[in-house]
Amino acid sequence: MLSYDVVVIGGGPAGLAAAISADKAGAKTLLVEREARLGGILKQCIHDGFGLVRFQEKLSGPEYAERFIDEFHKANIDALTLTFVTRIEKKSDGFHVALVNRDGVETVLARSLVLATGCRERTAKQVSIHGTRPSGVFTAGTAQHFTNLLGELPTKKCVILGSGDIGLIMARRLTLEGAEVVGVYEAKPTPSGLTRNIHQCLHDYHIPLYLSHTVTQVFGADRLTAVEIAEVDNKMRPLAGTEQIVECDALILSVGLIPENELAESLGVKLDPKTKGPVCDGQLMTTVDGIFSCGNALHVNDLVDYVSESGELAGENAAHYKTSARKMVPLESSGALLYAVPQCLNLNEDNSKTIVYFRSREILEKCTLHLKIDGETVLSKKYPFLRPPEMEKLVIDFSKYPLTETSKVELDIEVTENA
Amino acid sequence: MRELVCIVCPRGCTMQVEKDGEETKVSGNACKRGAQFAKSELTNPTRTICTTVRTTFKDAPVLPVRVSAEIPKDRIFDVMHEINEVKVDSRVGRGDVIIENVLGLGVDIIATSDLLREAKA
Repeated sequence: MLSYDVVVIGGGPAGLAAAISADKAGAKTLLVEREARLGGILKQCIHDGFGLVRFQEKLSGPEYAERFIDEFHKANIDALTLTFVTRIEKKSDGFHVALVNRDGVETVLARSLVLATGCRERTAKQVSIHGTRPSGVFTAGTAQHFTNLLGELPTKKCVILGSGDIGLIMARRLTLEGAEVVGVYEAKPTPSGLTRNIHQCLHDYHIPLYLSHTVTQVFGADRLTAVEIAEVDNKMRPLAGTEQIVECDALILSVGLIPENELAESLGVKLDPKTKGPVCDGQLMTTVDGIFSCGNALHVNDLVDYVSESGELAGENAAHYKTSARKMVPLESSGALLYAVPQCLNLNEDNSKTIVYFRSREILEKCTLHLKIDGETVLSKKYPFLRPPEMEKLVIDFSKYPLTETSKVELDIEVTENA
Repeated sequence: MRELVCIVCPRGCTMQVEKDGEETKVSGNACKRGAQFAKSELTNPTRTICTTVRTTFKDAPVLPVRVSAEIPKDRIFDVMHEINEVKVDSRVGRGDVIIENVLGLGVDIIATSDLLREAKA
């Protein structure tokens, strides 16, 4: 049985960064990817805007991914593509990772694991739309795959439901290729995607955005012929009498992303109901010793720069992993936060440069983030605004505080003005 | 006064732009790039476009490309038309020029992926 220090599962931006940093830290590393090519979703994200934080450059998705792929190949790190992980078992000598590919079935041994399995799009079945089941209803990512990888325009006239970033990007992309985007409909009263994408993808191309609207029904036998749209109230319930029929041949969904953690769950990794990713400590180790999580599997990021950052952190820590007792204290987040990552701290580790990612629950203006220990504020940071679609990052030196396993460590947001 | 949202970076600053005679005053921006963006929005708005070109290769029917520098916003669809006329028949790589000086705008259309080289290997 082949034996590795670190096995990274997933060859997208998180997995690539994790494998590169594990290799740099001296670990014998294997990366496993189910697709034929490395790069993950970035392969089809041909628009630019990637890498502004990391490289101070506006790169397209393939350009950003290929910087890491080039480095990965230069370092001669082992990779298996077109390879699925079918099962992982934790045994006394490490993790037994069962793989299947064109060469057959194989098991490799890993001292530690990095789960970089990314996220999945919420589908039509998860937002319960009534009506027939015609073709022409697909996720924004599927539309992107057709358009940018296969070179097939999947619609002539479409409606986009949900204002997530991929939906906005696809609204522009399909318009550029000559399709008509009737409008982007969002059930919530505020957009889900980044503000700049509302402007550069919708406003630039005169594509209307309808907030507090949703699709209530689809029509069509073989192919979609129309959708019914209705206004919704503040509880997202359709309002009777507001229905209108919009003719279109496609309904494109951009209604959210969910971290993919099937493998993690099979290993008994505890998930955070807020992030839907694993509960992790500051080293990005999950609740199962030796298993690390990063990227969109950990929590859904809006910028790939932070996906790579968390991958590097997980990879390096996986390389240095030794079995040792952890002394854990939870890092709680108040109701004003949608979530915060990590969810706990291991007091036996160096927590002097802990990266904390968080999102506010609502759009807030002029607010202050407080770090409270046993009810007392020890650190405050002011923000001109916080918006749920825009993740914030803060590096905190927790070593300054006399923390014990019974300390109550909490992040809270104080609002001076509500938008 | 005009309100603009900066699209230079993900921060997305809301900026106020005011014309004071010859001078353009910008506020609400967090950095210099925002002020530059606001000024160019009022005089000569420009954008980057990213799209694909067709190839003759079955393993990779399209290749991602972008403009080497921003182009005037009102020429986007003209440039798209030019790009859609092209069919790539050699295994070009990332950074290679696909169309030189497109429509005389002084910018090139360049490949943004090594996809065709990778696919061959």
